[in-house]
Amino acid sequence: MKEMNFLLAGVGGQGTLLASDVLADVGVRAGYDVKKSEVHGMAQRGGSVTSHVRWGDKVRSPLIGHGEVNYLLAFEKLEALRYVGMLRPGGVAIVGDQSIPPLSVSSGEDRYPDDERVGRTLRKVIERTHFIPSISLAEELGSARVHNIVLLGALSTFIEDVAPDTWLEAIEARVPERFLELNRRAFWTGREAVQPTIS
Amino acid sequence: MRVLLSGNEAIARGGYESGVRVAAGYPGTPSTEILETLVRYSGVYAEWAPNEKVAMDVAIGAAYAGSRAMAVMKHVGLNVAADAFFYAAMTGMEAGLVVVSADDPFMHSSQNEQDNRHYAKFARVPCLEPSDSQEAKELVGVALEISEEFDSPVLLRITTRIAHSYTLVELGERKVEERTEPPSYRIDRVKYVMVPANARRRHPIAEERIAELRTFAENFPYNRMEMNGRGLGIVTNGVAYQYAKEVFPQASFLRLGMTYPLPEKMVRDFAAQVERLIVVEELDPFIEEEIRLMGIGVEGKSIFPICGEFDPHLVRQSAIRAGLLPASEAVETREVEETKGLPMRPPLLCPGCPHRGLFVTTKKLDLVVNGDIGCYTLGFLPPLSALHTCGCMGASIGQAHGVSKAGIAQKHVAVIGDSTFFHAGLPALLNVAYNKSDTIVIILDNRTTAMTGHQEHPGTGVTLKGEQTKAVAVEDVAKAFGIKRVYTLDPYNLKEVESVLRDCLAADGPAVVISRRECALLPEARKAWRPIKVIEERCNGCGLCFGIGCAAIVKSERLDEKTGRAKAWIDPLLCTGCEICAQVCARKAILFREQMIEEGESS
Repeated sequence: MKEMNFLLAGVGGQGTLLASDVLADVGVRAGYDVKKSEVHGMAQRGGSVTSHVRWGDKVRSPLIGHGEVNYLLAFEKLEALRYVGMLRPGGVAIVGDQSIPPLSVSSGEDRYPDDERVGRTLRKVIERTHFIPSISLAEELGSARVHNIVLLGALSTFIEDVAPDTWLEAIEARVPERFLELNRRAFWTGREAVQPTIS
Repeated sequence: MRVLLSGNEAIARGGYESGVRVAAGYPGTPSTEILETLVRYSGVYAEWAPNEKVAMDVAIGAAYAGSRAMAVMKHVGLNVAADAFFYAAMTGMEAGLVVVSADDPFMHSSQNEQDNRHYAKFARVPCLEPSDSQEAKELVGVALEISEEFDSPVLLRITTRIAHSYTLVELGERKVEERTEPPSYRIDRVKYVMVPANARRRHPIAEERIAELRTFAENFPYNRMEMNGRGLGIVTNGVAYQYAKEVFPQASFLRLGMTYPLPEKMVRDFAAQVERLIVVEELDPFIEEEIRLMGIGVEGKSIFPICGEFDPHLVRQSAIRAGLLPASEAVETREVEETKGLPMRPPLLCPGCPHRGLFVTTKKLDLVVNGDIGCYTLGFLPPLSALHTCGCMGASIGQAHGVSKAGIAQKHVAVIGDSTFFHAGLPALLNVAYNKSDTIVIILDNRTTAMTGHQEHPGTGVTLKGEQTKAVAVEDVAKAFGIKRVYTLDPYNLKEVESVLRDCLAADGPAVVISRRECALLPEARKAWRPIKVIEERCNGCGLCFGIGCAAIVKSERLDEKTGRAKAWIDPLLCTGCEICAQVCARKAILFREQMIEEGESS
């Protein structure tokens, strides 16, 4: 593999950083050179959080260049729109179904884009977008918090040369014993949530 | 074993492996995690000092006493510690001293983007720069060896992207001999007492040392040539090396792991072998100017920007513009109009933030506020717009004293956080008392260093190691300085805040107001979160509650029939139940916690 670039985008508190830790570890376990870089401004609840994860035979830059992302894993729809332009031609966007309105929206100054606009815009930029009802799937499993693992499960279906067990090992290394089963189920649920597409 | 470590974790590991015994610093993004990691290793003493100058003196003292030492700070922290850094450069030490400076290109969390390599040249101290976590770890040990060989502190300069990126690191063992008995302190008055007569002896030594380091740099293994195509030769450092390697796979490289002093012979040799010589470095043209001083033609900042942080895209686009790469090398980007102008998520005081109650009141009283560095700086943002200056750590109190002496029509106050007060506010408050101004100093005491992620400080009663210690009371300090009017209030109680501030404004002489309520994100405070709610029938959408700038209180879809305005709604997932909105509501439409309980009982 020359290189594989993942951009994770979400809002502080959504579990973006845990997901990027898992993703980086999967790459290490699969034998790749790995770099991960977190980009966020001043610490606070509710800010944009992005994490760059790169796998490859030899990774140089810890940041992914504009237009060089293979997989965008968006935990929130507005953040998906914000970063979809980072994808390269043929890249894939995997988008969770959560909406977290920023203050400018909740104070009535701005509008949160509706699902129709989100879908239309994403399709305009990128051919392959997968919406995953990650929150509702996670809630069905018992906790909305594992929506990040559902999304990782969905992502894992695209990385054919890494076995599901490698992903599970990386997840299990970071999750407390009592939540292990829940997280395993979240991962498999995410895998099943991806519909095959013709690209 | 190879593990993914951030640059900061790697520096801590490097300190452990290379036998650092004493480390000190002050929290500051992007450097904070270094000491937080280092303190967990056995055999290392690490502490949060009240400020970077103290931390530097502590590290120097340990190195004077024969122990390897580390001082850790963000770039602007070195401004505070500069005095100590400069005398250490004159005296040298008995054991290695590494000074870690974490610079912040793009100012992700800083007030400027100063390039601290200038401090190395300024103080005649070598500067090392890693390009990934592995090198960050190794260069700590290398820095300590250079420090001991050349009897000089060594500046280890990193940037945010090195500090906060995770790359693979090979772990090693700690290489340090366990002491059987304490070493005795070696007295050398000529070397360590920097009175003019001795300092005049030391200055030529410092100049000779830097000349010797120039020679040393020629064979320093972290300075290396990577020859490839001869058309383009790139001199580069730090994380910029990674970007340049990616963008210019065909070029030849001179990668500098030591950016001061430069290996002149090596640079000349490299320059002679390439047709076009450029420097790819973030921030100032530091390497570029050094090369130009050698009389060698070189380009750098005519191609790449001084301001902000680099990334592969920026380096590529700059190179294409300068004709270094053909336009066909441009990466296809797929911007569409619809992804522009999206609602942003600017930083904001958190729901439940105790600072909000204070700012709501200073705004109501129309006060000019000299602010400081911390979470509360965010009080400058609309809709509060309640903070009017922010310069550097501790600036607020001195500024407010100056404003007082200059005289203005409005009433004004200084606001400063608890950790910032201990950092650089103490002498400024002493000045208020000593030089007799009417300055009102409000200390926003949220019982932690919040902005950098909840670090301990002298007011918390806990050390970096987690040990109990004396907790300093700001009240006692203010009184000891001779300030008579000292108030303590709860910023969640708006009536109390207003009444105290009005008292202070009406009286003559200085006052200190301690606004004390722990950060709503601390574990104990989280346990007390109890969301409150809006009674929809009572709300007429007047919008007073939106004026407090809380993300938990939002305009709902429901409109008031008479006014047509959106009614307020409280997001129970965000609300902590601080009740500030309930206190500003003129129609009693927001239930207080007690009313929530009563309502729960009656329903």
